[in-house]
Amino acid sequence: MSSGRERVLARVRRALADVPRDERPQDVRVERGYLRVHGDRTTARTVDLLAENLADYRALVHRVDAAELPQLLKRLLAAHGSRSVLVPPGLPPGWLAAADPVLALVPDREADTAYALDAVDSVVTGCAVAIAETGTIVLDGGPDQGRRRITLVPDHHLCVVRVPDQVVGSVPQALERLAPGRPQTWISGPSATSDIELNRVEGVHGPRTLEVILVDGRTEGQG
Amino acid sequence: MSGTSGTYLGMPAFPAAARDAVRNETLRGNLRHATHTIRDKRAKAVAELDDWARLRAAGRDVKERTLRHLDHYLVQLEESVTAAGGTVHWAADAGEANRIVTGLVKRTGRSEVVKVKSMATQEIGLNEALEAEGIRAYETDLAELIVQLGDDRPSHILVPAIHRNRGEIRDIFRAEMGSWGRAAPAGLSDDPAELAEAARVHLREKFLRAEVGISGANFMVAETGTLVVVESEGNGRMCLTLPETLISVVGIEKVVPTWRDLEVFLQTLPRSSTAERMNPYTSMWTGTTDSDGPRAFHLVLLDNGRTDTLADEVGRQALRCIRCSACLNVCPVYERAGGHAYGSVYPGPIGAILSPQLRGIASEVDASLPYASSLCGACYDVCPVAIDIPEVLVHLRERVVEGGEVTRNGERVTIKPAKGHRGERAVMRAARWALDHPGALRAGQRLASRTRRIHPKRLPGPGRAWSDTRALPEVPAESFRHWWQRTRGGAR
Ligand code: SF4
Repeated sequence: MSSGRERVLARVRRALADVPRDERPQDVRVERGYLRVHGDRTTARTVDLLAENLADYRALVHRVDAAELPQLLKRLLAAHGSRSVLVPPGLPPGWLAAADPVLALVPDREADTAYALDAVDSVVTGCAVAIAETGTIVLDGGPDQGRRRITLVPDHHLCVVRVPDQVVGSVPQALERLAPGRPQTWISGPSATSDIELNRVEGVHGPRTLEVILVDGRTEGQG
Repeated sequence: MSGTSGTYLGMPAFPAAARDAVRNETLRGNLRHATHTIRDKRAKAVAELDDWARLRAAGRDVKERTLRHLDHYLVQLEESVTAAGGTVHWAADAGEANRIVTGLVKRTGRSEVVKVKSMATQEIGLNEALEAEGIRAYETDLAELIVQLGDDRPSHILVPAIHRNRGEIRDIFRAEMGSWGRAAPAGLSDDPAELAEAARVHLREKFLRAEVGISGANFMVAETGTLVVVESEGNGRMCLTLPETLISVVGIEKVVPTWRDLEVFLQTLPRSSTAERMNPYTSMWTGTTDSDGPRAFHLVLLDNGRTDTLADEVGRQALRCIRCSACLNVCPVYERAGGHAYGSVYPGPIGAILSPQLRGIASEVDASLPYASSLCGACYDVCPVAIDIPEVLVHLRERVVEGGEVTRNGERVTIKPAKGHRGERAVMRAARWALDHPGALRAGQRLASRTRRIHPKRLPGPGRAWSDTRALPEVPAESFRHWWQRTRGGAR
């Protein structure tokens, strides 16, 4: 194995014979003249843009105050016909308080097989950050999000975004907030394919229904 | 010879294959519809970002920095991946890579693997190598599934089954799904939603039982050891998170220095490839994570001609490619000839400069590829990492016609001028003249416009057969870049 390593590295070094020996990587100029965020927006406008872009990629978007969240989740799960829902270990217990008596809550356990997850109807999670310009939610395996597979195998994903705290404008701003070491899933709309004559078809292997709930964390309400 | 994949050996040279393709009306109709649709959408997605030109320049710079110090970044990447619990392997050529992967799969005791679309594994013919050892590889990307079931070859980087229409796909599913696993439902129609559903059901049983996943990667971050896979369907997430063992085969040029560098490519790649603000799913992982995803992660770093390409100071820029396929969708030659005519996993303009460098120009098909272009420059204008494809094409044509020093399998060798190409030297000299006159460059004109006066009505050499059946597209008098500077760019 190390012979392959030495061979490849030696070839790379020979191939770069034209690069001056005292040149360091940082001597090669990278012009970062691009924008940190596109356009000037108020916080409220950034949240609106997130909602618009999520909807544009066929996520179902809901906006509520924190106090209404449990009832909304209950309603959405019922409307989807769900009888069971996967729950990450650190999901705030209040969120599913209203749905609890009606639905089977399935904890996110390492021991469960993929087959077991396939039998669960829905999953409810929080998120790490949401990006307005691209309509993206990012999961990083935090306690309210769980293992990557629980948002993949069930056919219905409900994701709660706390606005405005978890919302950033742009991709560069999102990367600044995220820890590279954590496994991440960036989600922009439900899974889709355009492989058949370029017709967009939603829902191939990931959840076919993605619902994003923007929860206003400041319960006093604002304009 | 171990540096080449057997998959495409015996392919006819570009002109012969293109002639057949151009006569195939269905293929041409599918391709025209597809390339025009994506092309228009892409233009809209790009126009949303008023700093596009600067993102493009930054993408070029980041890749340039990486390539000029590739040894440094590869060693750093190896350290980061290892520190995060992964194992790094190095493969100088296709044979070595296939041996490593086959060995890793065998050690798991499994005889099947699920795969997410990866050009690197197609390039090395991994599926065939696994098959020879009794290991079945299931392609899980919808288009790859169509290609695999149809016993076909991909024809587009991003939409590999772009040459198949819905009726053909239904027929393939009906006829073949049963022998690979769950059969297509009775009465399957050609409705795209029904076809996608059939694929979902067919593949799900494979995902749920999968123990070994094989992937490529769009990016590898040297500083953190993070790998990134950009996809749409969710089959990537399935392959990356459900199996116990994950093996990623990635070309050494896919490394980027820092986490922050992703901010450039995660903006330019989705808009350039699928014309979306962001693709549905992007997965990022760093080594292994306790109780989440695969317990074992192996990264196979693949050379297979990349260092030979790196050794060519003009051709090196081809290694910046992020495989977005924007250049295919704007290419008038690709639109009419189709992906198969290029005789390689890398079709279109990027294939025309990458394949002859990765594989050398010993074969007829590879020697003819630099001619599979009208040098109109549209590919350069859309390329998100600003690869000057026409410049490299002219450079490679010169190499074919005049011979000279190249690097093959890490050794400097001198190649002789190709025999059938002597007649083209005059054209070559004219093109060289244009390149050697920096005054023309200062005027901000593209190569295509610069060589407009000497632009042949018919392509020279092997390209002639193709252009005989088609009038060559007119080269625009004003290049995109010039127009850009005159309009938007001038505002700043
Ligand atoms: S050469 Fe440029 S435009 Fe073509 S696939 Fe590569 S990155 Fe995209």
